[in-house]
Amino acid sequence: MSVIVSVPTILRTHTGGEKSVTASGATIAEVIADLETRYSGIEKRLVKDGALHRFINVYVNDEDVRFAGGLAATVRDGDNVTILPAVAGG
Amino acid sequence: MLTIRRCLVEAIVAHARRDHPDEACGVVAGPVGSDRPERLIEMTNAERSPTFYRFDATEQLRVWRAMDAADEEPVVIYHSHTATEAYPSRTDISYASQPDAHYVLVSTRDPDIHELRSYRIIDGTVTEEPVEVVES
Repeated sequence: MSVIVSVPTILRTHTGGEKSVTASGATIAEVIADLETRYSGIEKRLVKDGALHRFINVYVNDEDVRFAGGLAATVRDGDNVTILPAVAGG
Repeated sequence: MLTIRRCLVEAIVAHARRDHPDEACGVVAGPVGSDRPERLIEMTNAERSPTFYRFDATEQLRVWRAMDAADEEPVVIYHSHTATEAYPSRTDISYASQPDAHYVLVSTRDPDIHELRSYRIIDGTVTEEPVEVVES
């Protein structure tokens, strides 16, 4: 299962400046684990205590994965996975 | 320094007044690398709260894609404080992830006089900057 991952500016230090990378996996957790094998350190920017970090939004195509199982959300071959920093505060 | 047109300042303040006592939030997009805020986009505060804001995630994806397609970036990221001064809270600092953005805060705690200030927030460090309002 191969997907295209859009990487936000703040995480491009991990991908050597690449804006878009490919990864494999059947779920968001597997996709992130696969990214970590090549882009060391990216996993801990995305995952905290076994869940997606609250500072990060992850989408499969147009869907926010928080409403589709979070890390367990499934992906299909050719899907686009977009990572965006959440914009929030108090 | 943030240089911004008066009509944009007025639109940000009007948005903050309209959503008061909840916090209002949005972005002003501009051409990548220009540091010039041009296109105001009011965002939905998914929290609808007087003490917290979060861009609606689905709306954010749509807006970010439109900016990408137009070679724009979020030059200004703004939100309001409705009971406190226009200074970044601890939560604001922990979420700030765009080192190139001007974080604009507007306080609506006074019904007649607004307070609008701008900051850079980089790696947890807040630096206030002057705001130059230019005629539209």
